[in-house]
Amino acid sequence: MADIVIIGAGTAGLTAAIYARRAGKSVTVLEAATYGGQIINTPDIENYPGIKRISGFDFATSLYDQATSLGAEVLFEKAVSIEDRDGGKVVRTTVGEHPCKAVIIATGAKNRPLGLEKEARLVGHGVSYCATCDGMFFKGKDVAVNGGGNTAVEDALYLAGLCRKVYVIHRRDQFRADASDVAKLKAKENVELVLDSTVTDLVGEKSLDAVEVTDKTSGQKREIPVSALFVAIGQVPDNTAFANEVELDEKGYVRAGEDCLTRSQGVFVAGDCRTKTLRQLTTAASDGAIAASAACAFIG
Amino acid sequence: MEIIELNSQNFAKEVEQASQPVLVDFWAPWCGPCKMLSPLVDQIAQEHDEIKVCKVNVDEEGDLAARFGVSSIPTLLVFKNGECVNQSVGFIPKDRVLALVQG
Repeated sequence: MADIVIIGAGTAGLTAAIYARRAGKSVTVLEAATYGGQIINTPDIENYPGIKRISGFDFATSLYDQATSLGAEVLFEKAVSIEDRDGGKVVRTTVGEHPCKAVIIATGAKNRPLGLEKEARLVGHGVSYCATCDGMFFKGKDVAVNGGGNTAVEDALYLAGLCRKVYVIHRRDQFRADASDVAKLKAKENVELVLDSTVTDLVGEKSLDAVEVTDKTSGQKREIPVSALFVAIGQVPDNTAFANEVELDEKGYVRAGEDCLTRSQGVFVAGDCRTKTLRQLTTAASDGAIAASAACAFIG
Repeated sequence: MEIIELNSQNFAKEVEQASQPVLVDFWAPWCGPCKMLSPLVDQIAQEHDEIKVCKVNVDEEGDLAARFGVSSIPTLLVFKNGECVNQSVGFIPKDRVLALVQG
């Protein structure tokens, strides 16, 4: 039996593994997909203290190596529930079960889909959630970005250097992104802002031909011919499997303060899956350290 | 089995005329999720002799990517008897890659 089972091998989960191993606890990390979490899609990280610039892939790989070389066991299994048993906890996965003394939930978040009918069919054929992965397929073409946060604006800036024209479709008339990036975006000649508008339909059979955009104030619909739509409308958590053990807020995030304690003794939460205002690498790492320390103190 | 680097010259021979199922991994060196998926595809090549595993570097073989409508990477295509029978976009765990080939 491991002392601590950590659900998720992203930045929060692997940081928790490092802290728990260095505190002498045995650790099993369960990961449903690949280690590293969302950061593997980021080409350049430039805001992690002490590292001037590193790719998301290199950061994730280095973190994974650090955690595993300290003795953390990483298993590629999807956790489906947390249960109480014999005064401890059991984490069930699609493969088996892992009894332990404490659990840290670090499931992160994933890209929010548009929720449109043809979306799933057109992913990989014009609909994308990763501009830096797929932008180059649309070199010299007209594309659109949906969203108004940092990711959307960074994507649009990247694409503006590559594509003929970039439409930025955003449901508000103000951007949440950093002011300096928004200023850069507004200065681009090949960027057209389509504000107060939402994407209401995807046009195209085998691949995307156009997006239908509806102006929220006038209700007027407009079809914009584009070869690609890059979706950057935020993230959604995936914690419903653990709703019996921890409290989720209305959006599905695990309710906990900066102390990373949930309503359930012996269950802790770290990273983007927790209720918080700032979701960054640094705050994920910070949560990992806090949750691991709390879990170690709980075990004694 | 050895992994085959595909290009427009050897595609017909290696994929269309293959007798066994073929798994084709479209990737690029600058794509993080591709670098996560790649070792899993390598493992499948080593562990499953019945599957032929090929890779396409989309930077070098843009025409092959365009021919199959690949516009997101990583993309995995599965060919049986010369026809594309299955595909998947984005990182997926190893068991789902195997299910894609065997399904």
